Amino acid sequence: MLASRGRPVYIVDGARTPLLKARKGPGPFTPVDLAVEAGRALLLRQSFEPDQFDEVILGCVNVHADEVNPGRVAALRLGCGAEVPGWTVQRNCASGMQSIDTGFRTIADGDGDLILAGGTEALSHAPLLFSDDASRWFAEMFAAKSAAEKLQALAKVKPGHFAPSIGILRGLKDPVVKLSMGQTAEKLAHLYGVTRQDADAYSIRSHDRLAKAQSSGHLEEMNPIIAGNGEVYDHDDGVRAGNTVEKLGKLKPAFEKPFGQVTPGNSSQISDGGCWTILASEDAVKKYKLKPMARIIDSEWAACDPAVMGFGPVISSTPLLNRHGLKRTDIGAWEINEAFAAQVLACLRAWEDADFCRDILGLEKAFGAINQDALNIDGGAIALGHPVGTSGNRITLHLIHAARRLSARYGIATECIGGGMGGAMLLEIL
Amino acid sequence: MREPLETRAIALEALTSDPLTIAAAAKSQPKELSSLKLENWHAYLDSDGCAWVIADRKGSSANTLSTPVLKELDVILGGLEAISPKAVIFRSAKKSGFIMGAEISEFSNMVESTAVKAVLDRGLALLDRIEKLPAPTIAAIHGYCLGGGLELALACNYRIITDDARLGFPEVQLGLHPGLGGTWRTLRMVDPDVGIEMMLTGRSLYARQAKKMGLVDTVTQERHMASAIEWARKGKLKTDHTLSTKGVAMNLGPARPLIAGQMEKQTAKKARREHYPAPYAMIDLWRQHGGDWKEMRRAESESFARLITSETSQNLVRVFFLREELKAAAKGKEAKIKHVHVIGAGVMGGDIAAWSALSGYRVTLQDMKPEFIAPAMKRAQKLFTRKLRAPGEARAAMDRLIPDLAGDGIAKADLIIEAVTEKPEIKQLVYSQCEARMKRSAILATNTSSLLLETLAAGLKAPKRFCGIHFFNPVAKMPLVELVSHEGLDKQTLNRATKWIADIGKLPLQVKSAPGFLVNRALTPYLMEAFIAYGEGVKPEVIDAAAEDFGMPMGPIELADRVGLDVALHAAASMKKQIGGTFPQIPDWFKKKVAAGDIGRKSGKGIYAYDENGKVQKEETDERADDGLQDRLILPMLNACVACLADGIVESAELTDGGIIFGTGFAPFRGGPMHYIEKRGANEIHSKLEALAEQYGPRFKPHKGWKTLL
Repeated sequence: MLASRGRPVYIVDGARTPLLKARKGPGPFTPVDLAVEAGRALLLRQSFEPDQFDEVILGCVNVHADEVNPGRVAALRLGCGAEVPGWTVQRNCASGMQSIDTGFRTIADGDGDLILAGGTEALSHAPLLFSDDASRWFAEMFAAKSAAEKLQALAKVKPGHFAPSIGILRGLKDPVVKLSMGQTAEKLAHLYGVTRQDADAYSIRSHDRLAKAQSSGHLEEMNPIIAGNGEVYDHDDGVRAGNTVEKLGKLKPAFEKPFGQVTPGNSSQISDGGCWTILASEDAVKKYKLKPMARIIDSEWAACDPAVMGFGPVISSTPLLNRHGLKRTDIGAWEINEAFAAQVLACLRAWEDADFCRDILGLEKAFGAINQDALNIDGGAIALGHPVGTSGNRITLHLIHAARRLSARYGIATECIGGGMGGAMLLEIL
Repeated sequence: MREPLETRAIALEALTSDPLTIAAAAKSQPKELSSLKLENWHAYLDSDGCAWVIADRKGSSANTLSTPVLKELDVILGGLEAISPKAVIFRSAKKSGFIMGAEISEFSNMVESTAVKAVLDRGLALLDRIEKLPAPTIAAIHGYCLGGGLELALACNYRIITDDARLGFPEVQLGLHPGLGGTWRTLRMVDPDVGIEMMLTGRSLYARQAKKMGLVDTVTQERHMASAIEWARKGKLKTDHTLSTKGVAMNLGPARPLIAGQMEKQTAKKARREHYPAPYAMIDLWRQHGGDWKEMRRAESESFARLITSETSQNLVRVFFLREELKAAAKGKEAKIKHVHVIGAGVMGGDIAAWSALSGYRVTLQDMKPEFIAPAMKRAQKLFTRKLRAPGEARAAMDRLIPDLAGDGIAKADLIIEAVTEKPEIKQLVYSQCEARMKRSAILATNTSSLLLETLAAGLKAPKRFCGIHFFNPVAKMPLVELVSHEGLDKQTLNRATKWIADIGKLPLQVKSAPGFLVNRALTPYLMEAFIAYGEGVKPEVIDAAAEDFGMPMGPIELADRVGLDVALHAAASMKKQIGGTFPQIPDWFKKKVAAGDIGRKSGKGIYAYDENGKVQKEETDERADDGLQDRLILPMLNACVACLADGIVESAELTDGGIIFGTGFAPFRGGPMHYIEKRGANEIHSKLEALAEQYGPRFKPHKGWKTLL
């Protein structure tokens, strides 16, 4: 058995909502609504009551104004009772993985035994933002007391004040290198010669794999939402099976017009969804007779220049394997979050590139090719969508189900993180 | 792993509610107060020289204005008149609220109007003395403040209420209007439209509504009560006890008859004058004396005395106590239920689950497909939004109501209610799945309306924890729940289920397992007779009118359409099978109609047609039924009640009356079927039944149980 840090930590269960593609306007659920929907059936099937958690940790990037600490609000709404602390973690695209990592380290260090760790996001609710100039003007208006002052303030208004910007677009632009996430994918594609056809073909595979997983019942971690509006949300509705390279080829580039190659068709979708995992110590497993699905061996966070953030999976997973003396071929199942098709493909090529592996990963030779039949076997964010706070949690949970089907002993869930980071979780499947 | 500590959770919870603001007594007290022997009040001066008069009725969790309570108030006022406190503050020491109103048990003896007037005069004199106290008088109100309690508060200079307070005049529900100055004391400072509406509906106002209409001076939180009282006694609290210009105009002679006419029209939609005279008396009172408060005061007493001695009011008081009697069955019992699991998300199962979640329980609602559960969630959301107005409460109720496709709730539940299709083999399959997973301490209940418990209990591993918990449609509106017992049921299960029914705000009625139990056993012959009359060619409008003339809230044809003709047919067929004999033949046209899919409002067409909003399309008709039709409809119901009582399905005549009123809406002002038999005369009804049997057939044959009544 591979040594882990501190006490052994198990993932004993987990569940998620369907991921719902953002269409026109805000979707029916806030981030906490989604977390509640993801958690209710999950908590119901446990042998313990929700008030027995040591804490609740939730990843979320775009926090709703009415639920400023979604972790605590979700804990209360899930019936954990007044006394279970709840908090929220944010590491951009890896927030839902951060919650697992924080829970893992807490239990490993002996500071807790039973932790609910999740991720949630409602990108369809991302706010419209006003410019700083507009905010200043609003403040002046509210501060004005006399009618004359109010009139004066009113006279200062400029038409530009009322042009809001879309929060999600600003969130997807790196504030340091001033590149949008799509542009970083364009850079990676260029570096490793990923063509538009390569990317579109990968995207089609992601959709087809998800469609197959849906029809074969392989998404057992998903619980339908039966909402108060009488609607049933029972599947990841971004899936489009049976697309062709010709059809996808017609889409226009989204970020670098007109020559770019990253299109809406080969990027992850903007979606809403929530996911939870339950982490337990050995003591908790014994006390509540839980059935561990996987043991968390270790995790790794790494960082690089924000302009090439897409290499995050490579720079985080490789040292994680090295630390435990594992080879590429020891990993029987991979979940690499599909921010962009070009980005995933560039990662795979970087691993096969001796120079990259030597200069950046410090390996003597190329890491080698990852078995495509062990990678994202049920599709990924391109087909499912990428609710940023949720994805890290979702791929870690789904890795367990995928690895079980592949009879893999070890699996890695990893993702790139806007801002130039990578995160990876190494699991032993039980 | 957190180890939740129940004592700490309770202590934490207690921190969330503000303790009541009641000043301590000063060390030295004037003997005018200290010498009083009080059992139901506390009266003393605080260190600022303000008098506190605190209602704290002995041996009760709520205050009412019983004779002893009023007698003590009399001596307290004597003490206050002799000293000169800086202010007089009326409060309650009870958590439940201020004062709930009169002691209704004293109403049953009020049959003689001069005696009633004497009682009223004594009460009015007390409130006048409060009004005349020279110091500022302040009613500091939390929780419920109803009827006589509100009348006392209205005699004070100031009314300060907390934001959880509920104020109202529920007298109309007892066939009365306010009688201790409530009518004119309200209307001299509140506009007549809102003031009279409040008395006509009997509705309890929320704090904000009461403030808006000018009934109270300020709304605050309990934690600021001391400051609010200080403001009031120092004259800092702004008050406006005058009517709006509109209100003044409405009170003028020429306007009153017009407005009163409008009010009568509105009232007629809800209640008929001949059945419920009280709201009309209230309107008359204002029409004749609005604006002249002195005259209105005199007329209020007279009108009240007339109403309370009437049969309607006495019957409604009886209904009030029937309700209390049904509730009393839960007294001293413990439910020990936190989680309710409902199997079957149809109309009944879904609505039972929603009602349970509304009442604060964690609820799981199990069915096989999400699509089966979705309509129930939608109805639940509607119910919660309507019933739970405080921010976040409706959402919290939705969070408590958990769709459960896997049936995981079975293992967590303390009470499992099965509401699947009325087929014994399917129900038994559900039970075996439940018994394999449920907690040993959990109760297994069925919502069956037509199957015998003995049939369903066959094959159970532990029949002692199995019972019937039978709700009526629509669950949110019908107060009664039948608790069906059987031979193998143990006392503990029965007690826990009884208490749970009361805890969700319903009225438990214990009945024995028998065809149709009590309510459907009585209701089905009534519906059947309506169908038979319809088959004979009587217009449905005429049939319904005959029943409504009697006082039924809705005629039998419309009721059957609403419940669903399919449901009615199933109930009739299974009762025919179980009772056989004299139970009427089910008409063929009825079976055909159901087979054709015309099953009532839910399909858009039943015996009546319905528009797209589900509104019934009735034909205007001048035709009236002869008296015979009303008896044809009502008497079979009475006959069935006598049968149930004789067969021991229900324990007493009172419980029969309660069950039928709260389970069917049977004309409350008639006091219940058994009471009606007594009033009209058992002999007369018995011979009428015999005559009907002669004319129409053996289905009218009086049950042998009549013998004990004749």
